[in-house]
Amino acid sequence: MITEDTAENKAALMGSGPVVDSEEAARQRAKKVEKIAGFALPIGLFVALIGFWEYWVVAAEIPHYILPSPSVIIAKLFENLPSLSISWWTTFKITVGALVLAMLGGGGLAVLFTQSRRIEQALMPYVIVLQVTPIIAIAPLIFLYIDSHMVRVLFVAWIVAFFPILSNSALGLRSTDHNLNDLFTIYGASRWQRLRFLQLPSALPSFLGGMRIAGGLALIGAVVAEFTMGSGGNAAGLAFRILEASYRLKVPDMFAALVLVILTGVAIYLILAWVTWKLLHKWHESAITRE
Amino acid sequence: MASEIMTSPASAGGDTPNKRPLLASLRHVDKVFGTDVVALKDMSLDIHQGDFISLLGPSGCGKSTALRIITGLMQPSRGKMHWEDPEAANNLGVVFQEPTLMPWATVEKNVYLPHKLKGTPKSRVQNDIDEVLELVGLDKFAGAYPRELSGGMKMRVSIARALATRPRLILMDEPFAALDEITRQKLNDDLLHLKSKINCTVIFVTHSVFESVFLSDRIVVMARRPGRVIEEIRVDAPYPRDLEFRTSAEYGEIARRTSDALLSAIGDGDDH
Repeated sequence: MITEDTAENKAALMGSGPVVDSEEAARQRAKKVEKIAGFALPIGLFVALIGFWEYWVVAAEIPHYILPSPSVIIAKLFENLPSLSISWWTTFKITVGALVLAMLGGGGLAVLFTQSRRIEQALMPYVIVLQVTPIIAIAPLIFLYIDSHMVRVLFVAWIVAFFPILSNSALGLRSTDHNLNDLFTIYGASRWQRLRFLQLPSALPSFLGGMRIAGGLALIGAVVAEFTMGSGGNAAGLAFRILEASYRLKVPDMFAALVLVILTGVAIYLILAWVTWKLLHKWHESAITRE
Repeated sequence: MASEIMTSPASAGGDTPNKRPLLASLRHVDKVFGTDVVALKDMSLDIHQGDFISLLGPSGCGKSTALRIITGLMQPSRGKMHWEDPEAANNLGVVFQEPTLMPWATVEKNVYLPHKLKGTPKSRVQNDIDEVLELVGLDKFAGAYPRELSGGMKMRVSIARALATRPRLILMDEPFAALDEITRQKLNDDLLHLKSKINCTVIFVTHSVFESVFLSDRIVVMARRPGRVIEEIRVDAPYPRDLEFRTSAEYGEIARRTSDALLSAIGDGDDH
């Protein structure tokens, strides 16, 4: 190999200071750009979009009952905050309640299925039927059969949310390392020990993946439930507020409630992503940042 | 130093020159999968205390099947897996080709696993765990997670786990096959060192002639279709074995003979 007699090479050969070749310099530049772009890009785009929206509504003189500007929506949000926060609390309770029930139901059923293939064979068809039936289509029946409003709404949100947890957990429980499985057999592990020390930890990453999907679905379920079941009075959730505002053509009120729904969804996702990271970052590939 | 060849498969049992007490034996074991796939045909093997036995053969010769029958993961279709002391059957050490560690547990907790499954509290075996970790040279990595370790280090953890309960018999299924040559050689040296220290019995499945000659005192050569023992070769060179042995004429001679046996084992099948 012929070495180019450049100044750079000479400096490197003299051994003066650390060697930073052009490739390494480019890599460090890319790293810096990546770091800044990571938050600057989404924030920048968001600000630009909101700004354009504000400008467009004002410039084109679009009336509030068609499309309110962001500033009007924010103002409405603060104006309605006392009543909206009560509605938010109702929706939040249903969402979290449904998510917890979906976690217990989906996770529990998945464990049951791995413990007994017979139970899985017997129950799986019903699980699938429950999953593929459009929830809107059976809402009137649920309305008819369940008296308590809270139970109705929870039930609908639960049906929507539990399937991804079930299928992800079942997949995780089934994909244990087969050599580890043999090892547990050789060491005479009991069924409980195998579940507790092998299958549950193996399934944790996919279970948490299911939870992240279900978190969003539980919120959607809660909103859909309120839309279809209706509810008024002081227990009304955010979905009802959206409906109510739309009947009265109070579009800014609609947007204000919608913003709260979206913020709630994002918050649930972020919390679940944080929990996932907390539980997995020490050992699981998905949570490890490569050097 | 003399090495003798015993060519009859059935003669794998019987007296050993050094009169080690019998630990366990496979007696005329057949294993048939489905109705017609014969994985193992009439295999007999006496395992004596302190033996280092290599099962050598092409893939599909039934060496892993034999190992599974010894561990009790599989029952023979015919014949018998006999244990002199049934207690030994309940305390086995196993090392697979993959390190097979629990990624969510630290090195120390991985090594604790066999004790944990037997219901022994950690505090009572902490000394044993520390000791085996030191034996495999990983005492400084007790708190590390498997992903932080190299392939060779993971394999050491796997070996430490197999040793944790001080088993009488350790079964190793091509444990170093996935490692690079240098790491592999180092682990071979360390394995012999470990064995001399804790005085256990080892059955080592491999498809490497040189590995089997370097490590074992008995090489059981197996052929396939059906899987069976075709020859047993003794390696009488004394332990500890080192670089000198690896370059000796004796080593070369046994390796050549083992290689010939393996070739005829492969020839017994059609392709390879």
